[in-house]
Amino acid sequence: MAKKKKIGVGELYNKGSKIANEELWGEKYSDFSRRGFLSSSALLAMGTLLGGKVVFGENMPSELIPAGLKDSDNEFFIPGKSGDLIILNDKPWNAETPPHLLDHKVTPSDIMFVRNNGVPPEEINVSTWKLTIEGESAETTKSYTIAELKSRFKQYTYNLTLECGGNGRSEFNPAAKGNQWTLGAVGCSAWTGVRLKDVLEDVGIKSNAVYIGYYGADTHLSGDSNKVVISRGVPIAKAMEEEGLIAWSMNGEDIPVMNGYPLRLVIGGWPASVSGKWLTKIAIRDKVHDGPKMDGYSYRVPKYPVAPGTKVPEEDMKIIESMPVKSLITYPKTGAVIKGNKTFEVRGHAWAGDLLVNEMNISFDFGATWEKCLLEKPVNRLAWQHWKTKVTLPEEGYYEIWAKATDSNGKSQPIIVPGWNPKGYLNNASHRIAVKRIDD
Amino acid sequence: MSEYSPENIKYAKGVVKYFNRLLALIGVLIIFIITQLVNPDFLKPQSEVEFTQLVEEVDAENLIENGIHVSSGLIVDEGYELVMNTCSGCHSLKLVTQNKGNKADWKEVIVWMQETQKLWDLGPTEGPIIAYLAKNYGQSKKGRRMNLENIEWYELE
Repeated sequence: MAKKKKIGVGELYNKGSKIANEELWGEKYSDFSRRGFLSSSALLAMGTLLGGKVVFGENMPSELIPAGLKDSDNEFFIPGKSGDLIILNDKPWNAETPPHLLDHKVTPSDIMFVRNNGVPPEEINVSTWKLTIEGESAETTKSYTIAELKSRFKQYTYNLTLECGGNGRSEFNPAAKGNQWTLGAVGCSAWTGVRLKDVLEDVGIKSNAVYIGYYGADTHLSGDSNKVVISRGVPIAKAMEEEGLIAWSMNGEDIPVMNGYPLRLVIGGWPASVSGKWLTKIAIRDKVHDGPKMDGYSYRVPKYPVAPGTKVPEEDMKIIESMPVKSLITYPKTGAVIKGNKTFEVRGHAWAGDLLVNEMNISFDFGATWEKCLLEKPVNRLAWQHWKTKVTLPEEGYYEIWAKATDSNGKSQPIIVPGWNPKGYLNNASHRIAVKRIDD
Repeated sequence: MSEYSPENIKYAKGVVKYFNRLLALIGVLIIFIITQLVNPDFLKPQSEVEFTQLVEEVDAENLIENGIHVSSGLIVDEGYELVMNTCSGCHSLKLVTQNKGNKADWKEVIVWMQETQKLWDLGPTEGPIIAYLAKNYGQSKKGRRMNLENIEWYELE
């Protein structure tokens, strides 16, 4: 048995997940695992390290490290060198990005968060993949291969912010059920495809059209092949925006399987669940789309503010549309110790659903005073905006840096957790990091 | 009696002889320990190494540490095996351990899974499952915003 080098998992993964998998688990990249899944022998090795088998490991994307491994005191892990997504759930896969890894202006594909509701398709043939447009309010039914989409319509690239509606859920009290997202279920990558609008117009939209609803090729966790995992959508007006894409490319390359390969919707500014993955069908509806997870309490909040823990009747819930104003501090990583009166940069991104971010402020005295940051314009509509400022801490001690963005309607982020809702959506509370100044 | 009496010289020689043997023994031990550190399987035949790994894997499935059943992540308490066997069929147990709720909250989740996710009627196991969940994964009192915790401090370059 060859002895493995003592090196942090995080450090290895920083070199690139393919190299890490080869060195750590003896993974050999075959044509199949190019899609990014781990081989059974690699999983066994990982399971031994974790002290238990990786349940559902055959579908484990190679760029993800189980949380059990990341948090363990195992010698393979070097603290402070984490280059890893945090896994919240392995069946279905759900993983978020630590904020400091989102420092890039354009989010790299391998660190983009994963929010799956079911099992991604396993047999993917790009040349035969078809997208069908149909529905009560479609003039006709038409199908397109990916090659036909590429040749028949003009192609566009936009940087689009995708954020899970439940990002920040972990802070609600009483606790809301579901994946307990903290901060990193958000990213802004460069997506390339054709305009959803152009394809819908090619099919023909009847004047009574109200909504679109997508269908994907993922399968239900229960194994029932007739059961639709998730089928959501947006009102026609949102679907007709110029930035709404049917995309086959993320950051100039194939979309990772976990993020929707080979085809997906990308509709920025709204809960990411409207941007259907593994896209096979779009229905143009004459009413609000009624697919799974459009109804009940899914991706809905009360129509009026409620006290924490209130039982809200179903008819008093409304569908979440534009996401609220929010920001992240991506540098420095929380936990920074600053020697003396050194000035350091603080930076990150801010976004505001369908709106623009007009102002960005930070505070390092627990909200008593706020400093205005330098804020860039978005590269295109619905892309996050970058901000930065310089900070010098006045004396030795513990500080928190708080970030607060304000949107073009004058709404800003709350410092405490915003209005409670039954499923724990839309927590846009200020991001806080801890820093210390130590003098010699 | 003189310091250099024949008895004393004989005794001293004996001490030196035993001391040398002890040194040799320590030397052998050190070499053995180093060998073990470099390759713990040095003395074992290959098949035994593989067998040991298998046993370790089976043991890992049943390992309990600090009251946690390690491979499932569940708190060990009456009913945890029932929860493990019932819930892990369809979804990760991480979905259980990261959530909190009282009996009514957990009942609500079970009903939702039955209505929409093809969960079967749990019959007589429902009571013990809900009791286990509400006891071990109950609502915790927390404020409107928690302190920042588990910070790994590092020097900013």
